[in-house]
Amino acid sequence: MTLARGRNTIEQELAAGRWAVSYDMKCDNCNKPATVHLTEIKHGKKVERHLCEQCATTSEGMPVQGHTPINELLTNFVMAHSGLQKEEGTSCEHCGITWAEFRQNGLLGCENDYQLFEKDLTPLLQRAHEGGTHHLGKVPARRGGSGVPLSKRTDVNKLRKELARAVEAEDYERAAKLRDQIRQAEES
Amino acid sequence: MKLSDLTNRAGEWLRGSGPMSEIVISSRIRLARNISGYPFLTRISRHERQALEKRVREVVLNAQISPQTLYVDLETAPEIDRALLVERHLISKPHATAEGARGVAIGEDESVSIMVNEEDHLRLQVLRSGLQLEEAWEQINEIDDKLEAKLDFAFHPRFGYLTACPTNVGTGIRVSVMLHLPALKLTGEIEKVFRAAKEMRLAVRGLYGEGTEATGDFYQISNQTTLGKTEDEIISDFKHLVIPKIIDYEHHARRTLLNDRTVALDDKVSRSLGILRTARLMTSEEVLFLLSHLRMGINLGRVKEMDIRMVNELFLLTQPAHLQKLQGRKLEGDVRRAARADFIRQKLNGSGNS
Repeated sequence: MTLARGRNTIEQELAAGRWAVSYDMKCDNCNKPATVHLTEIKHGKKVERHLCEQCATTSEGMPVQGHTPINELLTNFVMAHSGLQKEEGTSCEHCGITWAEFRQNGLLGCENDYQLFEKDLTPLLQRAHEGGTHHLGKVPARRGGSGVPLSKRTDVNKLRKELARAVEAEDYERAAKLRDQIRQAEES
Repeated sequence: MKLSDLTNRAGEWLRGSGPMSEIVISSRIRLARNISGYPFLTRISRHERQALEKRVREVVLNAQISPQTLYVDLETAPEIDRALLVERHLISKPHATAEGARGVAIGEDESVSIMVNEEDHLRLQVLRSGLQLEEAWEQINEIDDKLEAKLDFAFHPRFGYLTACPTNVGTGIRVSVMLHLPALKLTGEIEKVFRAAKEMRLAVRGLYGEGTEATGDFYQISNQTTLGKTEDEIISDFKHLVIPKIIDYEHHARRTLLNDRTVALDDKVSRSLGILRTARLMTSEEVLFLLSHLRMGINLGRVKEMDIRMVNELFLLTQPAHLQKLQGRKLEGDVRRAARADFIRQKLNGSGNS
């Protein structure tokens, strides 16, 4: 399985949501229903493959379980492929965890890890949370909240959702525009 | 309040009432919280873990989360008690079998439970019968505020509430609705539910949550996204988009059965009742399926003389740990299956008529 090298653009990151479950297609290898759908980017070209769970496990070496919730699949996928450019050595000064250790079981070691691994976590969070990257919910009173959501971020959130949709529809022109709008909104 | 007080009755969520209760068994909201200054449980030392458990236990017991609160120390509780709490949906399976200092606080009617030192330092849960998501949110939000006044929860302006697993970060909220969908199963249309759930990025699981199969036509639907949406948005999507759609499918399938396949429907229900009333050896899985059909029969008016509440109770009281607690001894193999069949016959036929 190939992965776009170098730093991915937002479009690539979102388009790379290559896992989906559907019930209509047949496996490319045998005749069983295909439940694993892979989109590979080879030499800049998109290649789609549809496999049943068995063939995906044997030919791709992927741990695919029946009816695995989509975010587990996404997490597994991101676990296996993110942080490729990152030195594996950095460890948290508070809890000692490294990115490689986090990738092994998917659990962080302490509250400081979110800040420390922010860059690597961001694409993972986007995939697991429908493109969501910023908290919009309740804020504890002692952190200056009153249980009221941060409404000023709502617009950016809307833009992010639109971006996700644009990428899904492969409308990259619009996606690029939306990305710029989000950047602008975040900087202001 | 003692643990043994729980055994022979069902919690609030099995009352069999509440909005849409013919299809929606229960509504559950869970919040994941960690305490700032302590490592997450993957990296915590034995000593810190004990200190954390002690501190949280104290706060939880003094926070008046319910008129009476029971705290169970799970490190020392016997296996059967831990299994009982799993069957009652008060703790998760991993929490029951984990090691080290951990516990659970349980509110009076069992609608509230707070797991201490599970995957996160605290897992708050509110479980209510029928479709009561807004009520559940109101209740859990209030409890969260009470605890927050005493505990400094790990929070980051961008990431929200910080959790051990990044799939829970942000709101830390997991909304789950347990649905009884026997007609969709019988008409072979259950795939519709999976598709609707997938479109909305929701997970479908079995009776006991993560990693369990759907048995007895019970399905648990939960949100996956916890970051980038408000709690209200997540709950409102459930209440207004997802659940009504699935309820609609099930109603439609039930009408089809009732109108076009009446005899087949009655046959299914009568056979289930017949086996429940006469069998001598029963596994809990078989009981789930038979009770599922009986429950549908009652809801569709095909079985008149029975109460939905009793059927709901049987779902719980015939589970292995409950059965053994009620009998007051360890039961295995055929002895347990026989005890289960006896118990059901007694409940369904009335005493002395087995």
